[in-house]
Amino acid sequence: MIFKLIHKELLLELRRKAVISGIGLYLFSLIFICYLTFSLRENSINEATWSALYWLAILFSVVNSVAKSFIGEKKGTFIYYYALASPQAIILSKIIYNTLLCLLLSLTGYVLFSLFIGNPIQDHALFVFTLVLTSFGFSAALSLISGIASKANNSNILMAVLSFPVIIALLLMAIKITKNVLDGLDRSASMDELLNLFAINCILSALSYLLFPYIWRS
Amino acid sequence: MKNWLKIIAVFLLFYVHTAGLLFDVPRLNILNETIRALYFHVPMWFGMVTLFSISVYYSIVYLRNPTAENDRKAVENANVGLVFGILGMLTGMLWANYAWGSFWHGDPKQNGAAIALLVYLAYFILRGSVENEEQKARLSAVYNIFAFAAMIPLIFIIPRLTSSLHPGSGGNPGFNMYDLDNRMRMVFYPAVIGWILIGIWIVSLRVKMRTLEDKIHDIEDEKIH
Repeated sequence: MIFKLIHKELLLELRRKAVISGIGLYLFSLIFICYLTFSLRENSINEATWSALYWLAILFSVVNSVAKSFIGEKKGTFIYYYALASPQAIILSKIIYNTLLCLLLSLTGYVLFSLFIGNPIQDHALFVFTLVLTSFGFSAALSLISGIASKANNSNILMAVLSFPVIIALLLMAIKITKNVLDGLDRSASMDELLNLFAINCILSALSYLLFPYIWRS
Repeated sequence: MKNWLKIIAVFLLFYVHTAGLLFDVPRLNILNETIRALYFHVPMWFGMVTLFSISVYYSIVYLRNPTAENDRKAVENANVGLVFGILGMLTGMLWANYAWGSFWHGDPKQNGAAIALLVYLAYFILRGSVENEEQKARLSAVYNIFAFAAMIPLIFIIPRLTSSLHPGSGGNPGFNMYDLDNRMRMVFYPAVIGWILIGIWIVSLRVKMRTLEDKIHDIEDEKIH
């Protein structure tokens, strides 16, 4: 069931090309605006600013793209899913699908940053691994919150307000690892943060799994 | 709430306020007399965490047994907990101004506390923007549990991982178990208990008030129909 749902999400996404390209363009414009406002030339930006800019761009594009996972859908489709699948299958498929989406966005963001702003990262493998972990955490937290926000009136503002405090813990860990990677520290220095990130991911995904059935019922 | 608990709460706070301002305190460098902030600042956080925990408890109970009573208790605990949090933040800032030299110092503990307050402000925004009463209660219960669990690592674990200027962490002189001497304990523990009791008292009053208000609304609705 989960795989069928993921398959359905992918199919829908490919069919509605405007949405996915809209998100891509959003990310591109964000990064381009960063580039222009700092009027950057090669290597004129220090590493702390790089990390701050990168995570801000990723945070905003991820929140906006995951928000549509429940907010965009019509009332009728909800009832249709409700009849077909268990809530657990739905939230798991959403989390997995959104993880892929977030990872795609983070990697695209990384490539665009390298292109426009420069790439001061020293340990690429570790950085990409961090991106995988944060993508999973973001999607676990944001999928549930998107479900909550979709039931309320001013969904889009609510989405941002509800999600920021929840994912700050994740973001802080990620920023710390990024700092280590930028400073070229040994991998063992980031071990603690990676474990923390993993633990926070476990908490967030377990909670989404447990709590989703309650918001789905209505 | 039992009457004797209320009497104890009032008595304890009378004692804490006189003893906290008048009793002798240990002389520590930098802190000096500001060490008395311990009696008024730290109990606020104890109160806040207790009330938020009770609020989450009632949110879990609400999801299992959805009654208006459980929802009311969850909301009012969060409400009063938020007030405690804001007071804790203000007293902490006052202390930081004397001990650290500025009201806001960007310390991990301050940031964590600010985020905890953000979570509960978002909780009330969420409640404000859903119209259906039952749905409002269910969604906010889910968010309450989710945010509380995501907040725990933030205020309890992260400040311990990073270096912090806050007393009690990172080897700063402070009120941890090694140098909180017995005279201070005699005031500090009563302060914590007293403030928690006062918090629970306020919550019980507010819950009573809300119950009556809801009853009045019901009666008015019946009159119209």
